[in-house]
Amino acid sequence: MAITALTGTRVRERRLAMGLRQSDLARAVGISGSYLNLIEHNRRRVATDVLARLAEVLDTDARVLGEGAGGRVLDDLRAAAASGMATPEIDRLEDFAGRFPGWAGLVAAQHIRLGALDRAVTALNDRMTHDPHLSHSLHEVLSAVASVRATAAILAETDDLTPEWQGRFMANLHGDSERLADGAKALAAHLDGPAAADPVAASPQEEMEAWLAGRGWHVEGATGAELAGMSEAGRDLSLRWLGRLRAGEGLIAAFRDALRPGSTAGLVICDASGTLTFRKPAEGFDLPRFGAACPLWPLYAALAHGRPVEAQVAMPERRFRIRAFAESRWPEGLSGPEVREAAMLIEPSTDDGPALAVGTTCRICPRDPCIARREPSILRE
Amino acid sequence: MGHVLLIEDEPNIAEAIRFILSRDGWHVTIYPEGAGALEAVRCVAPDIVILDAMLPGQSGFDILTRMRADPDMADLPVLMLTARGQHRDREAAEKAGVSRFMTKPFSNAEILEQVRLLVPQ
Repeated sequence: MAITALTGTRVRERRLAMGLRQSDLARAVGISGSYLNLIEHNRRRVATDVLARLAEVLDTDARVLGEGAGGRVLDDLRAAAASGMATPEIDRLEDFAGRFPGWAGLVAAQHIRLGALDRAVTALNDRMTHDPHLSHSLHEVLSAVASVRATAAILAETDDLTPEWQGRFMANLHGDSERLADGAKALAAHLDGPAAADPVAASPQEEMEAWLAGRGWHVEGATGAELAGMSEAGRDLSLRWLGRLRAGEGLIAAFRDALRPGSTAGLVICDASGTLTFRKPAEGFDLPRFGAACPLWPLYAALAHGRPVEAQVAMPERRFRIRAFAESRWPEGLSGPEVREAAMLIEPSTDDGPALAVGTTCRICPRDPCIARREPSILRE
Repeated sequence: MGHVLLIEDEPNIAEAIRFILSRDGWHVTIYPEGAGALEAVRCVAPDIVILDAMLPGQSGFDILTRMRADPDMADLPVLMLTARGQHRDREAAEKAGVSRFMTKPFSNAEILEQVRLLVPQ
């Protein structure tokens, strides 16, 4: 155990906090009062056995007396000092941490907590800013509110409104209030609902995936009539995928087992930008609802290199066997643009061998350190 | 009073704004989408354009940018309405050359005041 220059200071602080006289402590520990006095003024190095007895009488841990606040706490205090919120005495940092380890720990912990909250706010802000479906829902609500406000003001403030205009504006108000109620419900469902259990699909892709999940991801016997409750965009997308899944060509053909009744395998397909365009989840392998997925997924290795990839991967809770490959098409002929996709089959694995540690998406991935992390996780403390 | 071209795809908002401005003596023409809006501005030749930011076919920001690139419309007063009051939207509108920027929901008095300010009678 390292015994630092401030051990005596910590002994003195602890003794005074307990209301002990120097002579009483010296007697209890079995050393002379003058020796304890030298120790407390950091003028004598404390022997390990004496420190242990001091700690016992002072009802604390010898390491706390010997080492004081750990290097980690000092690092966190320095980081807190660098935040610019105040101008603390940096040159007395170690003295502060040594004299008041409890307060130092609290300041350090609050600095860490503040950082975590900052990241959480950033993540929520990102969601508000970049989620197109949330943005659309907010736009709907604000537009309805704008209309209600303008119409209600006309009704309330126009004394000579003719019955015809009055009826017209009342009808508008009624229509807008219904639209507002629907928009508010959709917004609340979107904000409250976890990805897997969202009762209201927020995007065409989520509508399509919710429909397929309801059918056990099995499209045999599916009809267009089943899509009646969807938005137009959700219906179009579902029909397009229904055609692809039925045709069973290319990527779909290779991994069609994932779409057989009762299959527990997950299947993910992405386009050349890496955007996930098809997400059949596997239990324990969470798929991101928003933003980009974990860059270590073999899906992206297949997409980048164009060759099949087979790998064992470890999610925080479970292991999986992954097979992935990419495919290119030239719908407008070889002189036209290449349309590239990659698919990844996710099967539960019991293999205990080496596995690539992966996550869902950086924002909610607790793995630290991670060689591919692109942004801090909001789950890190 | 002058001529207002209102480019707004929400029919109830458009109707309310038309009512407010018409009672104040303005002649109001409504155009309900982004596609073809530039042509509508050319045809109507208004004294002021009230332009929604999010329109089907073409965004209000794009329409405004193209208006400012046309010498005939470069100085035409444009009051932009948006349900997204974010700082970057305001910046985008200002960069595109907006005359005034208002966020929804707006008050009737406020919109009337802005139109009167932009087209002094």
